[in-house]
Amino acid sequence: MLSRGEQGPPPLLTLEDVGRAFDVSRPWLNRVIEGTPRQLLHAVDGVSFEVRKGETFALVGESGCGKSTIARLIVGLYAPSRGRIEFDGVRISDPETRVATAKLRRRMQMIFQDPYASLNPRWRVRDIVAEPIRVLGLAADQAEITSRVGVLLKQVGLAPEDGDKYPHEFSGGQRQRISIARALSGSPDFLVCDEPTSALDVSVQAQILNLMTELQSRLGLTYLFISHNLAVVSHVADRIGVMYLGRLVEIADAEELFARPKHPYTRMLLDAVPDLEMSGRQRTPVAGEVPNPLSPPTGCAFHPRCPQANERCKTERPNLIWRAEVASACHAVEENRI
Amino acid sequence: MNLRALWGHDVTYSFRRSPVAVGAAMMTVVCIGGALLAPWLAPQNPFDPSALDLNQAFMPPAWVAPAEARYLLGTDDQGRDILSTIMYGARISLGVGVAAVLFALVLGVTLGLLSGYLGGRLDAFIMRVADIQLSFPAILIALLVDGVARVALPADSHGEIAIPVLIFAIGISGWVQYARTVRGSTLVEKNKEYVQAARVIGRSPLAIMLRHVLPNVMGPVLVIGTIHIATAIITEATLSFLGVGVPPTRPSLGTLIRIGNEFLLSGEWWITLFPGIALVTLVLSVNLLGDWLRDALNPRLR
Amino acid sequence: MSSAPATVLEIKNLSIEFPTRRGKLLAVDSISFSIAPGEVLGVVGESGAGKSVTGAAVIGLLDPPGRISGGEIRLEGQRIDNLSHDEMLRVRGRRIGAIFQDPLTSLNPLYTVGGQLVETIRTHLDVGAGEARERALGLLREVGIPAPEARIDHYPHQFSGGMRQRVVIALALCAEPRLIIADEPTTALDVSIQAQIIQLLKKLAREHGTAVMLITHDMGVIAETADRVAVMYAGRVAEIGPVREVVRDARHPYTVGLMGSIPKIRIASAKMHAPLVQIEGAMPRLNAIPPGCAFHPRCGKSFDRCKAERPEPRAVGSNLAACWLYE
Repeated sequence: MLSRGEQGPPPLLTLEDVGRAFDVSRPWLNRVIEGTPRQLLHAVDGVSFEVRKGETFALVGESGCGKSTIARLIVGLYAPSRGRIEFDGVRISDPETRVATAKLRRRMQMIFQDPYASLNPRWRVRDIVAEPIRVLGLAADQAEITSRVGVLLKQVGLAPEDGDKYPHEFSGGQRQRISIARALSGSPDFLVCDEPTSALDVSVQAQILNLMTELQSRLGLTYLFISHNLAVVSHVADRIGVMYLGRLVEIADAEELFARPKHPYTRMLLDAVPDLEMSGRQRTPVAGEVPNPLSPPTGCAFHPRCPQANERCKTERPNLIWRAEVASACHAVEENRI
Repeated sequence: MNLRALWGHDVTYSFRRSPVAVGAAMMTVVCIGGALLAPWLAPQNPFDPSALDLNQAFMPPAWVAPAEARYLLGTDDQGRDILSTIMYGARISLGVGVAAVLFALVLGVTLGLLSGYLGGRLDAFIMRVADIQLSFPAILIALLVDGVARVALPADSHGEIAIPVLIFAIGISGWVQYARTVRGSTLVEKNKEYVQAARVIGRSPLAIMLRHVLPNVMGPVLVIGTIHIATAIITEATLSFLGVGVPPTRPSLGTLIRIGNEFLLSGEWWITLFPGIALVTLVLSVNLLGDWLRDALNPRLR
Repeated sequence: MSSAPATVLEIKNLSIEFPTRRGKLLAVDSISFSIAPGEVLGVVGESGAGKSVTGAAVIGLLDPPGRISGGEIRLEGQRIDNLSHDEMLRVRGRRIGAIFQDPLTSLNPLYTVGGQLVETIRTHLDVGAGEARERALGLLREVGIPAPEARIDHYPHQFSGGMRQRVVIALALCAEPRLIIADEPTTALDVSIQAQIIQLLKKLAREHGTAVMLITHDMGVIAETADRVAVMYAGRVAEIGPVREVVRDARHPYTVGLMGSIPKIRIASAKMHAPLVQIEGAMPRLNAIPPGCAFHPRCGKSFDRCKAERPEPRAVGSNLAACWLYE
């Protein structure tokens, strides 16, 4: 499936058939008494993609589609139940090689969604930003730490004096800047950004998105950008993966995806983006809602909501198939029905 | 933090605005001050045999004839000044209470933090032990520990180790509420993104527990601790009243009440009444202080 | 009422303050607007702009110690800002319905959906149990719940998020109120569901002639639903006008910046990474609102007068904009 490495920069991160299931069973005693079986939630189910050096790869999907789980699998907050994750050619998903890959892991950092929960309220900002420097031993003495923190704070648009304050003295946007400064302080080259702007007001969101784009070009960073908002993604992404119920349904270059979406779910998402140009475009709101991931539909998970679904879609699960630069997991696309 | 910032701080403000809290704090300060400074303030050292005069036994309080003005609250069967015994007794009571709470707090917070953060079998084990312990009254556990200690330790050393045993007994019976509270808050905190960020940076679980989680779960612990001091003093008094607590040579408030109890029906009511009032005052003011602290630190009630 | 009044809701110079120990905070500072029957007025602004507080004041559910410190609120000509608690109880629910962000907290988990609808209908309308149930069924059908005959006896937790919000809308409509306050009704929902709920809200307002005050931070929702928009900034109305005009031809510099900072899908451009328009700085906190025009420290076009005098809304084209540029 990933046979298309011949062009473009080499991949920095590769996921191959990665899956993660969570045990959401009731406690043992309840299971015995009520006679209910163990229950597994397949949050991520066989996902493969690669992120190339220097690009922004975006994962898009509605809540519960597994995109945040993928972020946590990559940075090592969860261990995958199956599949492999490679960073710069080295497998990092293996629990046995954890220690050996610790050095590699330093090269990736994460920016979280909620700026109110991602900073320890009892720490001063300078200690928050300096934590990676201290833990990774990147500075020789306190003076060097102080100067590096000052530079980092300036880099994200804050003043070095802001280091003396506590997080609650800052607005949401400023907190997200602190979060970015912390992520950058370990000098990573890969950032996983989990909905970094969805908790912010729009005018602040624009500031943060611009800052992230600027930092990327200045520091040569690679981003995995996770968002539910297609409009935001269109401003930052080079390539986009669309997820539905734990599986990737489409991967394409950003331009291609917005101009010629293939998968019916991608089309639906695009159609649901509010029309701010006031062009009077008629929208057809999609019926139905995301099914319960505990009991996903048979065959293609999207078939109950899909206008193109036929008998094959109800029984046979479509695989992600590459055609030129676009991959989609859809029988209708494969059969040229749409 | 300078004084001005402290004065303007939200908690200080809520303190200044609460007459009950100010009153309780003043009473607590009087009780603690009286207890700590007993050797200098008390009219008499009740444990110095040379200062005692058996002729002065059973003197009533100063306002009841035939009183002597120097015994404000009267004397007991051995001629000890009641006010002095209360001040010295409060020392023991407070000391045992605070030490027992510190012991319970450290034990409970440690176990709760480990239980909540690491989870799994350790969590299940600690919490089941806590459940089992909760099904016994605290006083029973303290009695049990005390009984075991009496049997296990040499009889002649009982006088010296009675107080450490008492502290251990009261402390061990109180750790569960700390462990449960801390475990609950830890479960909440550990899923917050700042903890995840620390994990991504590569911090060890121990460092995350101590540096990140612990400072954020201590608020409720301090409240429980304050209220627990009052409970611990009561437990100590109960044990001493039952005769298993501190030795009669170094009486606490509970011992004084027990001793006085024997004379209650023969008319010398002051021997038991005044230590009782002292105990109630001390416990009540510590309790009110704890209640206020709980409200002041709880953002939902503000 | 002999004839339908021209406005359902009229707010005049409304101010709302929160007394704190460090002084009074003006959450809403002398704002005025009105809503006509069947009209959807979008109230948009960033967090802290005072939009939700305004909504809460209209339904009489201001969180203490917040209080109305000036101005008036009129519902169909009758003042409701000075009603007693009991009088307000009769207005709320009967004449003003409310839809909140989280559908789960608006529904009682212990009662069936039908039970809650019937109870609300019978509290406000003089109908029997059987008729109330018929009405409840009709409402559920109207808000697009499939198989309402079966679903009416289900509990809220048996509904999905989108369906629950539909039930909340039915609940808000069941006493046939004249006005609905919808505070972030789609924020908790997935994008594909948002569109469905928006369409439903708009359709129902049209059909019932209900006025809607739609409070949201999402300009996309406003553009899809509202007839007119009020843009709030730091407790004041910066601009108000027909939705098309505000979205496409904003006059107030804040609205211009706000519209520019919203990411839009760009299909044509090859390199899509052109920076977004951004407004420098952040909205002031309530205890530090600058004198004059509250927006002047962030405004690229401000001049001396903006720093000293507060601009009142004045007509600019079909909009009202509070800006000295249009003096």
